[in-house]
Amino acid sequence: MNGMNGMNGMSVVDSERGKFVFTALVFMALALVPFVGGSFTVDLVTKIMIFAIFALSLELLVGSTGLVCFGQAAFFGIGAYATLLLMPSGAPASLWWLLPACIALAALYALLVGALSLRTQGVYFIMVTLAFAQMAYYVVHDTPLGGGTDGIYLDDKPTLFPSLLPGLELRDPLVLYFLIWLCLAATFVLLALLLRSRFGRALLGIKVNEQRLRAAGFSTYPYKLAAFTLSGGIAGAAGSLFAIKDGFVNPALLSWHFSGAVLIMIILGGLGHLRGALVGAFAFALLQEFFKSEAIFGAFAKHWHLGLGITIILCVALMPHGLVGLPAQWRERRARRTAGMRAVPAEEPAS
Amino acid sequence: MDFATFLIQCLNALQYGLLLFLVASGLTLIFGIMGVINLAHGSFYMIGAYMAYALAAPVAAAFGGGFFSVLLVGLVLAVLLGYVLEWAFFSYLYEREHLQQVLMTYGLILVFEEVRSLLVGDDVHGVPIPPLLNYTINLGSTMTYPVYRLFISGVCLALALGMYLVFTRTRLGMMIRAGSTGSFQREMVQSLGINIQFLYRVVFAAGVAIAVLAGMVAAPVSSVYPGMGNSVLIVCFVVVVIGGIGSIKGALAAALLIGVVDTFGKVLLPQAAGVLVYVMMALILLWRPNGLFKAG
Repeated sequence: MNGMNGMNGMSVVDSERGKFVFTALVFMALALVPFVGGSFTVDLVTKIMIFAIFALSLELLVGSTGLVCFGQAAFFGIGAYATLLLMPSGAPASLWWLLPACIALAALYALLVGALSLRTQGVYFIMVTLAFAQMAYYVVHDTPLGGGTDGIYLDDKPTLFPSLLPGLELRDPLVLYFLIWLCLAATFVLLALLLRSRFGRALLGIKVNEQRLRAAGFSTYPYKLAAFTLSGGIAGAAGSLFAIKDGFVNPALLSWHFSGAVLIMIILGGLGHLRGALVGAFAFALLQEFFKSEAIFGAFAKHWHLGLGITIILCVALMPHGLVGLPAQWRERRARRTAGMRAVPAEEPAS
Repeated sequence: MDFATFLIQCLNALQYGLLLFLVASGLTLIFGIMGVINLAHGSFYMIGAYMAYALAAPVAAAFGGGFFSVLLVGLVLAVLLGYVLEWAFFSYLYEREHLQQVLMTYGLILVFEEVRSLLVGDDVHGVPIPPLLNYTINLGSTMTYPVYRLFISGVCLALALGMYLVFTRTRLGMMIRAGSTGSFQREMVQSLGINIQFLYRVVFAAGVAIAVLAGMVAAPVSSVYPGMGNSVLIVCFVVVVIGGIGSIKGALAAALLIGVVDTFGKVLLPQAAGVLVYVMMALILLWRPNGLFKAG
């Protein structure tokens, strides 16, 4: 954010193009994955793309509006549970009403939580969103509705076009892969357009200086509430896709560990950039796979949280602007170093 | 519900509320004074409970055993842990944003949990109630109440009283109060010649020690299990939010309120017991967005 102010006009134009090329390349690479990777890779990348949608939803709140929500997993989990609970037994439902219904439910909960928690600020907001997520967690954990700790299984997958294209089934990993690829791309484009709109500018204004925006005559509460609801809806979509992919949900999807994990994804990627959420979701999932890998760590792999925890601490400490901020961070450091070198000889004649 | 049952539930509510207060007071103090939101605070409670379990054998070998010598050794270790942690880790968090504090202390939770798993494993353990306190008193004609639970409440009350006296009657308490009213106060306190770094270290070590003590005292009742710190942490967040961040008085009131709501909720509305506390928080926030004891 500070770096942005310091940039001159030219480099902003350059980096705009750079961002677009980078993002386009990422999506093209993702589209090519099923043609080069095996079934394990396809499955892993499918999961990561769902996490990327989830991370994008949080990026809208944290990175673009400056609202640190620590209960995002609740909306993900509600989307996931709704998918399995709304699915009629025996006859698979059509995706075209199931997914929107799940999004609507998650957005509705987000609207309620947002209406209350947006009355608070700062640390309160962090804790209150966390507490509301815990509330949702206990609802699915303790009531018969959610099947308790065991969760719910479902064999059926929703249908796409049963009469038009009967062969196109979500049971096929490739069809699922490209459906989720499309959803990720749609979310990305939607948010990119939204952030460029008047609404997005208002959100940016809230992030930079809410007081000033209010003084300028904007009522900020409706903007924040709209962003919160939209974010909840997108998280719900990610959760619904996750449930469709796995056919299984359990309360861990709503746990605060998951809320923390998605926060780490966007921090790792770099706040304030949509592509940061994309990069962060991949980096986090690959880190997790790395520390879990028994081939590298042997018996120690079951303690993978230890390596992950230390990595998180180091990443936050050493890369305050995340992975996408690294080039700028290096450039700045090099500039400072060369400036320092220039400053020293300049001083010598004077002394 | 007859009177004896009601009395027992009241005592349980009091004991749970006071225990929550002990953990939450450290959380709210550390936030109020240093401006650090510490997710790893629940881990100190967990560490305390595991200390009560794991230290029993070595302490018995060295000092002849006994629950109270375990408490003492644990407290000394906790103060050391707090002091070292503040020096090595938390002192780097003061200038950072809340979001970064949340993430770094979240990373710390993962580290603590895994180190715990490496050292003592993932099993659930019981800690025996010290024989000195292992008897019950009669309430009414048929009900009994374990003395150890009364002991927990007593320890918590004594600590709360001690904290109150330190805050209001000592020089250290004065410095803490001076430092806790806002971040700009930090320079003010410093310019008065007070070593703020030392103050921070003392407050942090005290917060850790109190949470560890709460864990050790609670261990014989709650048993010792992985992840026990996390559930306490979230409820403590609710305590801090309801009470008002940085307010010890608020933390006490909120903790007792939650103790009552949770305990009676489990008896009267067992299906909704987990949710009740959060519903109450929502209602209180509607009424007072900054908590009960926070002006503005």
